[in-house]
Amino acid sequence: MQPTDLVDQSSLRTDLPHFAPGDTLKVHVRVVEGAKERIQVFQGAVIGRQGDGLRETFTVRKVSYGVGVERTFPLHAPTVSKIEVVSRGDVRRAKLYYLRDRVGKSAKIKEKRER
Amino acid sequence: MATKAIVGEKVGMTQVWDDENRVVPVTVLRVKPCRVVQVKTDERDGYTALQVTFGTKKASKITKPKLGQFEKAGVDPGPRLVELRLDDVSEYSVGQELKADLLSDGDKVDVTAVSKGKGFAGAMKRHGFGGMPASHGTHRTHRAPGSVGACATPSRVFKGQRMAGRMGGEKVTTLNLLVVSADADRDLVLVRGSVPGPKGGLVLIRNAVKAGA
Repeated sequence: MQPTDLVDQSSLRTDLPHFAPGDTLKVHVRVVEGAKERIQVFQGAVIGRQGDGLRETFTVRKVSYGVGVERTFPLHAPTVSKIEVVSRGDVRRAKLYYLRDRVGKSAKIKEKRER
Repeated sequence: MATKAIVGEKVGMTQVWDDENRVVPVTVLRVKPCRVVQVKTDERDGYTALQVTFGTKKASKITKPKLGQFEKAGVDPGPRLVELRLDDVSEYSVGQELKADLLSDGDKVDVTAVSKGKGFAGAMKRHGFGGMPASHGTHRTHRAPGSVGACATPSRVFKGQRMAGRMGGEKVTTLNLLVVSADADRDLVLVRGSVPGPKGGLVLIRNAVKAGA
């Protein structure tokens, strides 16, 4: 237990689903434009989770119009309104950075088979 | 000079989110409720300050001269006596207790503490020197300070020439830190940014003296 946990408790979120590297997520991000706020969805594969506690972040990668796009979100950020798990991936690594060098079929993540 | 001050302990650093969902790096300080042992006045002492103590310590573990100070004030003894220099001490009296509610959200404060000791540190760490090149014939002098002066004139090294030596372990004050939140119930104060000293180290918090303008 860290001494600062007492302060962190109030910022920690409990409404987050369990997800792991390889999973495909829909991350609903709050975007503020002037006075208006709207939700933008970023869908892609989780290629890593980093840090722990309040500081934990996760990186989502997608290929948009042939260009690889990665976004890193703080797990407990209030700007992330919702996280939806679309599918579970079957991977053997905690960090899927090898996906950056791959295109097409080899960049596909196998889907986890439920048993 | 400061108008209010209090003693605390550095707990550590973490982060919080502000109203606009931006991450704010904060240092958590646990304020120690302090008891005034002596009020120092201009007439008697030549300066104005509060002598305070905090926490508890067994009376049998304190030297008799120090115990006498506590007994005279009629205050429970604590492990240390700390002086807080203040502009005006007329509102304070012996035995009075100071708490975290002295501070409120949005205040600017100065935090004083003894910085972490770095031991005998070289010129690169201590003064930010650039060191020597990594290659191109550099031989065993990668972190050396380089030249310390000219040759026959003045044939000595000037006073104040920055060199290796003891670093850290000195009193450092960080000015104008923003109080992100002050929680009097839990005795916790969050200030934006970093604070000198190790976790568990004693810190003095006072209202910012150079704020404004």
